[in-house]
Amino acid sequence: MPIKTGRLLRISAAALALTGGAVAAAQSDLTVALQLEPPHLDPTSAAAGAIDSVLYSNVFEGLTRFASDGSIIPGLAKSWEISEDGTSYTFHLNAGVTFHDGSSMDAQDVKFSLDRARGEDSANAQKALFAGITDVSVVDPLTVKVSLDAANGSFLFNMAWGDAVIVAPETIENIKTNPVGTGAFEFSNWVQGDRIELTRNADYWGTPAALESATFKFISDPTAGFAAMMAEDVDAFVNFPAPENLPQFEADPRFQVIVGSTEGETILSTNNKMPPLDNVKVRKAIAHAIDRQAIIDGAMFGVGTPIGTHFAPHHPDYLDLTANSAYDPDLAKQLLAEAGFENGFETTLKLPPPSYARRGGEIIAAQLRAVGIQTEISNLEWAQWLEQVFRGKDYGLTIVSHTEPMDIGIYARPDYYFQYDNPAFQTLMTDLRSESDPATRSAMLQNAQTIISEDYVNGFLFELAVPTVANAKIRGLWENAPTQATDLTGVSWAN
Amino acid sequence: MIPYIFKRLLSLLISLCLASIVIFTVVEVAPGDPAAFMLGINAQDDTILALRKELGLDQGKFARYLSWIGGMLSGDFGLSYTYRSPIADMVGERLWVSLPLALYALGLSVLIAFPTGLYAAAQRGKRGDAMVMGATQLGIAIPNFWFAMILVVIFAIKLRWFSAGGFAGWDDGVFSGLKSLTLPAIALALPQAAILSRVMRSALIETLGEDYIRTARAKGLSKRATLWHHALRNALIPVLTIIGLQFSFLMAGAIIIEQVFFLPGLGRLVFQAITQRDLIVVESVVMLLVFAVIMVNFLVDLAYAAVDPRLRSQA
Repeated sequence: MPIKTGRLLRISAAALALTGGAVAAAQSDLTVALQLEPPHLDPTSAAAGAIDSVLYSNVFEGLTRFASDGSIIPGLAKSWEISEDGTSYTFHLNAGVTFHDGSSMDAQDVKFSLDRARGEDSANAQKALFAGITDVSVVDPLTVKVSLDAANGSFLFNMAWGDAVIVAPETIENIKTNPVGTGAFEFSNWVQGDRIELTRNADYWGTPAALESATFKFISDPTAGFAAMMAEDVDAFVNFPAPENLPQFEADPRFQVIVGSTEGETILSTNNKMPPLDNVKVRKAIAHAIDRQAIIDGAMFGVGTPIGTHFAPHHPDYLDLTANSAYDPDLAKQLLAEAGFENGFETTLKLPPPSYARRGGEIIAAQLRAVGIQTEISNLEWAQWLEQVFRGKDYGLTIVSHTEPMDIGIYARPDYYFQYDNPAFQTLMTDLRSESDPATRSAMLQNAQTIISEDYVNGFLFELAVPTVANAKIRGLWENAPTQATDLTGVSWAN
Repeated sequence: MIPYIFKRLLSLLISLCLASIVIFTVVEVAPGDPAAFMLGINAQDDTILALRKELGLDQGKFARYLSWIGGMLSGDFGLSYTYRSPIADMVGERLWVSLPLALYALGLSVLIAFPTGLYAAAQRGKRGDAMVMGATQLGIAIPNFWFAMILVVIFAIKLRWFSAGGFAGWDDGVFSGLKSLTLPAIALALPQAAILSRVMRSALIETLGEDYIRTARAKGLSKRATLWHHALRNALIPVLTIIGLQFSFLMAGAIIIEQVFFLPGLGRLVFQAITQRDLIVVESVVMLLVFAVIMVNFLVDLAYAAVDPRLRSQA
């Protein structure tokens, strides 16, 4: 490994010069492997989570941000006031924040970023986050006022998304290849198909990063990822794609394995408008025909938490409703008979590429067959899946992980691909938007979880886990993934 | 010679024209909207429409075909849908990996195949021949990606002589670049060498049965000298054909090896572009590869003419 040694030597030499050779230097560069490479580097105009995986919090920051436990903490805004009726937010920005090109970040940039995201020709993949904004006005260089058309209890949460980061009008032109943000790392180089390099931002407004530099390497093949970790070509692999190899890393003292939770509810999405799946008894039968633990063991090698509704188990408002869909093939058969399908029926099961879907799909098909439901499996690419299943709604069943945080609101959209249309649930979600009392909100969220669980909208399978394999000496990596991010601002090497 | 070249050139142009039409049609027929793919499942319809317009996808198919071909002819390959950067630059960068890798592998393949092929032909029917043929049989049977993984396990994980993959780039010097291409090149070269060696042997054996070889032997030339001076040159035509095919295969077909060693080569670019529905990149790169393959065939045709004087006077 000539490069690595060379780099180490250079850094050691620099450190020796500084300390007069008294102490050996701690390593200050880090190579992190990810499976997916970002298509480009603008987090505000693509759905690709891979962009946030590299840039969120490292290079770009928003008014608020996600902490590692999923809570919302101040970001570029150090504080804010919310008007009595909840329709106006006044953000006070941190002073002395500069972009990586040296220009200062002020209220004008915030106004530019939010207006750009909600504008008519905006290419923001999460434009709905900004839907309620009616006006953004600059009060003074460090104060910005955002007006909403109605109170929105999730506004601060929305502003923490990677799609809502603050960008500068001067550098927006080239953001896709040369992203300029305010974060603790600045972008330095992108060798497409291979790696992205970041270096520490010496003028960072907050606590500076411990690492001097960080390299993200893109390794899509699970076997290649395993080899790269084993050969110590990379220091960490976030969302390691070969869960079957985790025990081997756990047993090796050179490595640490961190298994965290994500916001990814993995569900057997069901077309609620397609007979016989429009019959709640049939959907209930499917729910009871599925052995969740068998899927987690078989498809995910034991990594994952069973769920009984569409909500992240680590969230304080989570209700454990797995009992509603307990594995009971006899009950499933009985329910099918009650619904008039003693001899079962046939439907389609369309599977996107991730292994949870492909492996899980085979297991689910076998479990459904055991109660008399025949599925015709077809494997689709993502682009086909989006066209046929998501937009075309031409499917019976599919498996997909919904990775957006706090996305139970999708059940209030009758035109969404699973076509669940329940006015009571829709009213509940509308009320939730304008409710700001934490206790009431919490009760409403739990009520919402119960409704969809008892309507058996989808087969709720498990919460996707995020396994990270890393060198045993690395400290400060995020365990859970409340949003798709590889926040390196707090990462360091232990001596 | 001139009419021969002219005929070859004409067939080259017709092939390119047909290829461009086939490529464009096939890629356009594939389901999946690039804009919808890029924006994901939370995108609003108006956002997708805006992006389609930005990408020029709202134009008709024929208009897009013409602007694609027109751009290609003037050297402008357009912008990638997903990366939003010029395709020519992206391909240029990837070529710095794929081309050296293909040449490296081809070089290794020739280096292994020539001596073994010659040796087997000279030893025809004896034990040496049987051993070489057995080894080549094995070389053809082993899938190169499996062989690649074995190389990684031995030389990267156990011995730590090489890194498990990735490309160091040429900035740190030729040596470190070549070093990161060594394992992939070996994995690619072995099956090719096995094929080439067998072709070499049978071509040599065939020419060794010709009358002029007997004449050469009869006038007192040694076995070795006949092999070198008379048989080898005449056996080169089938060998050149195979080398031409192999080079094309190595340029375009290294995709699996590029996955195993996570090399940023052309194969991976096409693979990614297909899954992301980056149609314009798929079209342009495939077209370029077709162009390269057709050019290589053209050059091989010219090489035939150089090796075989009969072809020059023909036509």
